[in-house]
Parts: sequence; structure tokens; C-alpha cells
Amino acid sequence: MTGSTQAGVADERIKETSFIRKALIRPELGGIVGTIAVFTFFLLTAADSGMFNTQGILNWSVVSAQFMIIAVGACLLMIAGEFDLSVGSMIGFAGMLIAIFSVTLSWPVWVAILLTFAICIAIGALNGFIVIRTGLPSFIVTLAFLFILRGFTIFFPQTFERKTIIGGIKEAAEGDWLAPVFGGKIGGPIFTWLGDMGIIDVFERGTRAGEPVVDGIPMLIVWALGLVIFGHVLLTRTRFGNWIFAAGGDAEAARNSGVPVTKVKIQMFMFTAFCATVFATCQVMEFGSAGADRGLLKEFEAIIAVVIGGALLTGGYGSVIGAALGALIFGVVQQGLFFAGVESSLFRVFLGAILLGAVILNTYIRRLITGER
Amino acid sequence: MSDPIIQMKNIQKHFGSVIALAGVSVDVFPGECHCLLGDNGAGKSTFIKTMSGVHKPTAGEIFFEGKPMSFEDPRDAMEAGIATVHQHLAMIPLMSVSRNFFMGNEPVKKKFGINFLDQQKADEITMQEMRKMGINLRGPDQAVGTLSGGERQTVAIARAVYFGAKVLILDEPTSALGVRQTANVLSTVHKVREQGIGVVFITHNVRHALAVGDRFTVLNRGQTLGTAKRGEIEYDELHDMMAGGDELAKLVPELGKQGQ
Repeated sequence: MTGSTQAGVADERIKETSFIRKALIRPELGGIVGTIAVFTFFLLTAADSGMFNTQGILNWSVVSAQFMIIAVGACLLMIAGEFDLSVGSMIGFAGMLIAIFSVTLSWPVWVAILLTFAICIAIGALNGFIVIRTGLPSFIVTLAFLFILRGFTIFFPQTFERKTIIGGIKEAAEGDWLAPVFGGKIGGPIFTWLGDMGIIDVFERGTRAGEPVVDGIPMLIVWALGLVIFGHVLLTRTRFGNWIFAAGGDAEAARNSGVPVTKVKIQMFMFTAFCATVFATCQVMEFGSAGADRGLLKEFEAIIAVVIGGALLTGGYGSVIGAALGALIFGVVQQGLFFAGVESSLFRVFLGAILLGAVILNTYIRRLITGER
Repeated sequence: MSDPIIQMKNIQKHFGSVIALAGVSVDVFPGECHCLLGDNGAGKSTFIKTMSGVHKPTAGEIFFEGKPMSFEDPRDAMEAGIATVHQHLAMIPLMSVSRNFFMGNEPVKKKFGINFLDQQKADEITMQEMRKMGINLRGPDQAVGTLSGGERQTVAIARAVYFGAKVLILDEPTSALGVRQTANVLSTVHKVREQGIGVVFITHNVRHALAVGDRFTVLNRGQTLGTAKRGEIEYDELHDMMAGGDELAKLVPELGKQGQ
């Protein structure tokens, strides 16, 4: 804001906005407060459990990064006013496609990956196209795809391989140029150096004695951070970002103002599918196998992360940074409960509780912004 | 006055067997506020939709700046300089004023070969244009949802003017507003007119029309009941014309024949 904005006569009925109120209408607020709370809690209760040494940090970072990758897609799509409930099934489906192309059909892994991306993004576009054309809620259309894709994910491996898990992808990916982009690690020399300097733990004995326990940052984390930065810049710093907000805020008003709403929404469905495929590819490359049950419930976890991050379920409002913090809270709590020795089923209780709290807070914030009473 | 910016000559519009417009002629001069009055179903909406390119007239001619015009879709009309401000569906409450102002026409700035949103420019222009219209925002990042109905109309009008409207069609801008807010919108209309823009003001409130209009055209059942200049016509007369007034007796036997 500039000083000149106060040039005119101030309206005596408008109270000075307090700093707190201003901070409250930032979508990221819930995420920031939650992150601080969660870290404080686990620093107090689980500090000596190894949660905050190098392996511990890597452990919850990887889990958080997984959530982040799908949360970025879900976030942009939700701000554009739509949902995608087929994300979890898409993860299973994409992984299975890679396995079938590379193992069953013995195609090069890079061909399998690129082809899978193309197919999944096309399915995302189909989702979007059906939603826009029929005017049906995206909830119903993508719920249909949740079942359709999951069905194929179970059907394909049973038909071709007579099993529900296809392994041997690690071997197939040996020497492939594209596979390390999803399954590799970066920063190896730095970690070796850190290990040599005694800053991080190294293996005491065995064949890898002297090597650092953590020998690099998985590409999964690089993808997560890359997508968060991309999503944030796209949303807040570009014309297209403004169109995303407009399409979700009021599609009709946006159309009247010349925003290509249909294009924006379909592209966001495609981006969500892209994110799900990145998740699946990283997972397949890490495990070396694809399973028919991969990605179960991921669509809901992505949506919860986005909502914790301050986005409104009704669209038109939200933040990628907030969604990323929501994903971080998720990852830290899920792994933190394990480190703190708490029964892991309580994680679900936590999820439900925090989701409810976040939605109530968001509704209140929405009233603040729009001045509804 | 100079030549009219837009001339609508003998416009007819039929929807199937329904005659919505049966030969309406209206012209708008630069810097005038031409009020289009009429009761519900008089054909006001059909007429402005024809003017803004949503409908193609069944018969009749449109001259824009002296040249015959045929708009294929609203975008053609917008590019020619005919802007419509709808009563609803113009603003997105959750977005800031500056983001709303430039929605669909965002300014960009090239950095590293990528077109980024020029937020600073958008903010500055928004504040400047809103000040011209007499609205002092708390800041360009204020959400439109916190503005009153009248202020929202003003943002929409300021936006149309900034993006080069030569003819501004206001579709019942005051019908949902309180007295003070209506006054604000009418004063905005006056400011726009002073910039040499032709304003087409659609209303069924005679008082609002008389407060700001230069000429008044009354539509009734798809026909013009004549155009009057300011000072040549009184409130009661306009009101009677709108309601059908002395023609009511003639109309009754026709009811039901033509449908709605």
C-alpha cells in the first residue's frame, strides 16, 4: 500500500483494520500456526527419539513431500472451483501403467514414464471436459473415475501377470536416463562431506562403513519443492493465476470479463493428474514395484492438506504455500506419532479433528473477507 | 451535439413466433445519458443485448460511429467499445479490487522471458481510477466483498471506462441499491458522461432516470413510445407511458394473444 491511498476523506464508519485481522485474512495463517504448534509439540515430546536427527528429518520430509506433490495440484484445482476425487486411483493407475509398459511389455522405462504421463494427463483433461460440458459437480464425475481407474488398476495386473503387484522395475530402470529424475537422489557429495566432517551420522560397520546414513536428497523432495514454487508463482504472480481465482470465485462473472474459464478449469484438472503421476512415478521408482492398492485415500488427504492450508472448499480463495504447510503438518504428525510411540491409528483421529477445525476457521475467515454477517 | 456514436434504426427481434422488438430506434450521442425506460417485459433487455452483440437483430440496422455494424458476438462489440455493466455477475467478492479491475485484462511485465503479472501497475491504476470516481479504497488489496453494492457498480463502471468504452450500457444499476448508494452511482454516471462517453441507462425507476438523464426513451411491448429531451417531459407523463397509462384500455383485449 502507498501513503497516497489515504489522501481522501476517511469514512468514519470504517474502523482501522487491526494487524491481527489483516493477518487473519491471509490464507496461509492456519498453516503457519499449525506448523509452529506441531513442531513445538514434537520438539517437546519426541526430541530424544531421533525424530530430529538426519534420518528422522529425512523420514518425515519424504512423507510430507509426498503429500505436498498431490496437495499442490488439489490446491490449484480447488481454487479454480473444482475437486478431483480420482487422485488416489490415478496414483495407483499411473504406477501400474509404468509397470506394465516397462516390465510386462519390456519397453524402455523412459518410454513407459512419458507414455504414462500422456495417458494420465489425457484422463485429467477428460475429467475436466465432462465436468464443464455436462455442468455436473466435479465431485460426482471424479468419483466415477475413482472407481473406474481403481478397477483398471486391479484388472490389468491380474489379466497380464496373474498377480496384483508387479515388481522388477528397479532392474528395468537400470541405466535409464529418465528414471533417476524421479527415483534418484541429489547432493550425494555434500552428504559424504558432511559425514566425513562428522556433522551427520555415518555407518559404523558393514559394507557401507564410513558412508553417510543419509546419502542424498530424494528427487521426490526436489519435485515437491519445485511444484510448490511453481504453483505459488503461477497463482500469485501471473495472469493465469488471476484467472484461476476468477474461475473459482464466480465462473459467470469471470466469463463476462473475458476470462477463458473452460480452458483454465480443464488445464487445472490436467495439472492435478500430472501431480498424481509424478507422485506415482517417484513411488514406483523408489519401491521398484507397482501395487493395485497404491494411493488409496490420497485424494482425501490432498484435500485435507489444502483445506488446512486455508483454501475454501467453494473455490476462489486459497494458497499453495498454505497447502504445502498443510502437507508438512500431515507428514510431521504422521511420522511424529510413530517416533513418540503413540498408537498410529490415532493419526486418523487427529486428521478428522484438524479438518473440522480448519473448515470452521476458514468459514469464519470467509465472512471476514466478504463482509457477510 | 456531434454525430451519434451508435444509431439503432428500426430494430426488430423475433424469437420464434414471439416479437420481442417491433421496430425500435434509439441513438446515443457522446457525452449524453440516454435513459431507456420500460416495465418488465417491455423489451429493454432484448434491446440492450442486441446493442451489445448478444443477439443479432431480425431486421433493422446498427450504425457505429457512422458505419454500418454487425456484431457476431459480445466480444466484437466490446472491442468496438461497447461495454455492458450488469447488475450482478460483474465482480468476484473474494478477490481484491485491483485483481477484479484487471480481470481478463491483466497487465504483464516480462522477467526472465516469462510474462509476470504487473501487480504494482495494476494497484496504482486501480487506486487512481477509483479516486477519479470518488471512491477511496483502504487499499488496492481490499476484497470487493467488503464494498457496498453501489461501490461495486462503480468499480465495474470505472473498469469499463478505463478499458476504452465509448458506449457504456448500464443494466438496472440502481435497482438493488439504497438511496445513498443510488446517489453515488448516479454521480458516477455523471462523471462518465463528462468524459464524452455515451451512457445507456436502463431502469424502471423514473426518478433515477430524471435525476441524471439527458434524453428518455420509453419502451412498451417491444415498441418505442417516443424519445423526449430533458425538461420536455414530466415525471407523471413518463410514469404513465411506462405503465401503459392511457393505452391500458387498448391493451387489454390483446392480452393472451401474443403471449409473453
